[in-house]
Amino acid sequence: MVTANRSRISTEGSTFAETSDDDACEIAPENRPWQVTVLTQIRFIWKPVVFALCLVPAILVVTDAFEVTGDLGANPVEAIQDRFGIWGLRFIMITLTVTPLRVITGWNWLLRFRRMLGLFTFFYVLMHFLTWLILDQSLLMSAIAEDIVERPFITIGFTAFLLLIAMAATSTNGLRRRMGKRWQQLHYSVYLVGLLGVWHFWWQVKLDTSDPAVYAAILTVLLGSRLHRYLKRKRKRAERDVPVQPVIRTGIRQDASSTAPEYD
Amino acid sequence: MLIRKPPDIRSSEITGEQNYLDRRRFLRDGAIAASALLAGPVYGAVIPVDRQATLSDVASSDFSTAEEPNSFEDVSTYNNYYEFGTGKGDPAANSQEFEPRPWSIEVSGHAETTGRFDLEDFVKPYQLEERIYRMRCVEAWSMVIPWVGIPLAEVIRRFKPTSNARFVAFETLHDPKRMPGQGSRVLDWPYREGLTIAEATHPLAILAVGVYGKALPNANGAPIRLVVPWKYGFKGIKGIVKMSFVESQPATSWEMAAPNEYGFHANVNPEVDHPRWSQARERRIGAGLFAQKQPTLMFNGYGEQVAHLYRGLDLRRNF
Repeated sequence: MVTANRSRISTEGSTFAETSDDDACEIAPENRPWQVTVLTQIRFIWKPVVFALCLVPAILVVTDAFEVTGDLGANPVEAIQDRFGIWGLRFIMITLTVTPLRVITGWNWLLRFRRMLGLFTFFYVLMHFLTWLILDQSLLMSAIAEDIVERPFITIGFTAFLLLIAMAATSTNGLRRRMGKRWQQLHYSVYLVGLLGVWHFWWQVKLDTSDPAVYAAILTVLLGSRLHRYLKRKRKRAERDVPVQPVIRTGIRQDASSTAPEYD
Repeated sequence: MLIRKPPDIRSSEITGEQNYLDRRRFLRDGAIAASALLAGPVYGAVIPVDRQATLSDVASSDFSTAEEPNSFEDVSTYNNYYEFGTGKGDPAANSQEFEPRPWSIEVSGHAETTGRFDLEDFVKPYQLEERIYRMRCVEAWSMVIPWVGIPLAEVIRRFKPTSNARFVAFETLHDPKRMPGQGSRVLDWPYREGLTIAEATHPLAILAVGVYGKALPNANGAPIRLVVPWKYGFKGIKGIVKMSFVESQPATSWEMAAPNEYGFHANVNPEVDHPRWSQARERRIGAGLFAQKQPTLMFNGYGEQVAHLYRGLDLRRNF
């Protein structure tokens, strides 16, 4: 069971992917009755719940626009754009939290929400983009093109948006299978999207960078945990490989870990 | 024109503050009553302590635009006033407790008359005027605001600056206990602004003490602030406590914070972009969700009156 799980989560670091539901059916229900229950629960109860929760910020923008739950203030265009933008950034952070949290807690079921969270990141960034395009720029193509080319912070944001489109478009199980290794490579760009997103935010504020700094700190932790894990694995691999030859030649078994530098 | 030398001992130091204020209110109300009886103003500008009270005897001005002013709510809740926080809603939210009284303004530098003046004495010699001006923020949004104020040129004339006075420098109150935003080092407090003497004595420049016929809300820079409608909004320094006549160009807050992005002149100019965003167009607050941005006008549309001040000056370099 453990090994089966391992192979299924080999897509370490990917964003939108998760185990397909076909995989989940590999285990015959009569052998794993408890698991079916959990999977069914996730699919029919927890996924809809999480989906509804993820929609709340968007619903609040609409209800605030109609002054049901609040209001959007004197500059509603800016308010809508900022709120979708900040939620896009928050969802990148939430999506990137799934893997480290799974590693720490061992809650492998978290992976089942990763694609949905990734797609919500795309949704909020798309809304942010559309607000800019339609409400802020009023679809004036010359101004839009000028902004994308001449304003570095918009160029950065737009680049992140393009990467998100590519990831969202390839998020189906079928495409994931067909793309093989290239799928994984493409979806590693979620790290870049996180960096570009924070940079876009940082560059956009007038002077007070305290809010972007919070996101930069969170992203540092999230990406740092991956780097840490990557280095640790690389070292372990090195440890495994190094002693092979000396053991044969000298006949003395060396413990590589005693000579390898400690990183953690 | 009434020119007063500041008293050596302020009455506020002798009398308890509340009695002092009561006495002032009594005198003022008496003065208003007297002026009503005489069917003409005896005193000049008076700023009521009660912020709900309507300013009396406000003249209209030919400098006002015929454009529709923004709502009082827009004007008083969407502000940049970092002394109360960097969010647009922060000044309104965090200035509720702020009491802009008692208030005095220190006038110093190259002028014949200098000293510390109580706000009441500072504004008294002038006629209040309503000036409905466009206000263009450096962040590419704009409003139309019905200010009530006194012409800065007349204020300056009263202090008789000498020929050494080439600039006028202003400072905002620095009091982190009363201005919570000053707890953050986002700007180098106190907030500083300045104008050339030619700009400061231009008839469009005013010291505003009110908006929409009432005393200034705290979020708009109570009790007294600068309004220079052809320049970006950040030149309009709020909560002024110091005014000095100086010989060389004073350091100004935004220029100090980011000299490549904000200059001393800060004239509204659609042709010179902010390094990070375009200044060619602006969003008019209150125009609605689907309104297009409108083109920004050179000198915010006041070019006819002020362009001569900058003849021969490279506006691209002196942004």
